[in-house]
Amino acid sequence: MELFTNQVLSGIANGAIYACMALAVVMIYQAIDHLNFAQGEMAMFSTFIAWQLMQWGFGFWSAFIVTLVISFIGGIVIERALFKPLTNAPILVHVAGFIALFAILNSVAGLLWDFTIKPFPSPFGTSGFLGSGLITMHQAGMIGVTIGLLILLFVFFRFTRVGLAMRAAASLPESARLVGVNTSWMIALGWGMASAIGAIGGMLIAPVVFLEPNMMGGILLYGFAAAVLGGLSSPFGAVVGGFLVGIFENLVGTYIPGVGNELKLPIALALIIIVLVIKPSGLFGRTIVQRV
Amino acid sequence: MSAMLTIHELRAYYGQVQALHGLDLSLSEGSVTTLLGANGAGKTTTLRAICNMLRTTGEIAFEGKSLTGMTTENIVRLGIAHVPQGRGTFTNMTVEENLQLGAISRTDKKQIKDDIGRMYAHFPVLEKRHTQQAGTLSGGEQQMLAVARALMLRPRLMLLDEPSFGLAPLIVRDLFGILGKINRDDKVTILVVEQNAQLALELAEKAFVIETGRIVMSGTAKEIASNEDIRKSYLGY
Repeated sequence: MELFTNQVLSGIANGAIYACMALAVVMIYQAIDHLNFAQGEMAMFSTFIAWQLMQWGFGFWSAFIVTLVISFIGGIVIERALFKPLTNAPILVHVAGFIALFAILNSVAGLLWDFTIKPFPSPFGTSGFLGSGLITMHQAGMIGVTIGLLILLFVFFRFTRVGLAMRAAASLPESARLVGVNTSWMIALGWGMASAIGAIGGMLIAPVVFLEPNMMGGILLYGFAAAVLGGLSSPFGAVVGGFLVGIFENLVGTYIPGVGNELKLPIALALIIIVLVIKPSGLFGRTIVQRV
Repeated sequence: MSAMLTIHELRAYYGQVQALHGLDLSLSEGSVTTLLGANGAGKTTTLRAICNMLRTTGEIAFEGKSLTGMTTENIVRLGIAHVPQGRGTFTNMTVEENLQLGAISRTDKKQIKDDIGRMYAHFPVLEKRHTQQAGTLSGGEQQMLAVARALMLRPRLMLLDEPSFGLAPLIVRDLFGILGKINRDDKVTILVVEQNAQLALELAEKAFVIETGRIVMSGTAKEIASNEDIRKSYLGY
């Protein structure tokens, strides 16, 4: 029983990171209807910025905040410079753009900080949470920060004018323009927020997987799996999906013989495919009916 | 009365297809004007062209200011509210959020709150349903919501695209009654596009008749309504 609880809890902790990545993916998907393949590399790059700041003598939390600001602005800059000009381009051009961004960020990170793995500090420490042996302080911290982030996002979208305008722009761009919403800037804002959310995910997972330019590859796949499972049109679904994928992969790895650590990732991919076959709109997604 | 909106030599294109062929039109301040014509004559296109929602050439000026090259949202912010065909309801948001969105370009919090109250006075059914998802409203209720949302902008000019579409006759009467009241009390200039010509001519002072992207006739609503030929050839009643 203790093994089970332990695996579920650490699954929730990993799931928190998948939830962050899924949320970032969904933010951009809502705004431009495309999956950002470079989301993981953006998060990795942000995490390197935080590491660099700490090398320069910043404390963890001040580096964390400064990194969020830089990532937010960076996300907006990427949208303005790279993707705004592609607004009406076909889907393949977008895919090429995402892959280019992926390759650029990956190589530049390797160039600046090289490909050796670096330890990344945890602000929470690695002792047992509340003296228990079930999860570590850091895992509890990952869950706590993610839930805090969710509450902030909920309040932002539900109770602020900008949040309302962003929702309007995502659901019906033309109607949004007709009430005076600058939909183009709402998309840029979505990129900025996605970039900052990804940065949080990166900085939280880096102490676990160590920092290096390829650290987010597998994690973004789990993030995609989470987003697809929850439904790409639902931020709430993305988060639930994140936690579910985290728990699922841990339980499968523990209880199904022969799966172990190596086969966890294919399991996540299989999950994407199964969900797409059975329920294409995801657990919480809305089915979009298109009139022709 | 001075001209509030003037349109000169307006041409509009959907891709390669030209939908308006040099249209001229002007609206005087405080008036209600109707644009009549058959299906596909270019009524909706004219309204969309005013808000720069498609490719156009020609000149459109609002209160002496050229709208050429302005984005849709900036044109709206000048005080031009557009109730689009199909109503443009934000179906997954509540009725109240739809109204708040109407005022998204305003910053006067207290007046926005008062205006929402005024809309509920105009349209009591919206108050009853204010926490409901807008998509669950009936067609008539959604049309009222669309008009109310447009009014939340405190517009100087209101463009309405077939407000009677799909509504029961009694509801249409109500709605046009409210439009008349808004025009008189709030001094909102109105341009209404309608297929229901009879009704539109009752509300409007002035009418334009459009055929294949050109204005073919204009005059006071009375003149247009009493002209047998126009009635038979263009208005179909």
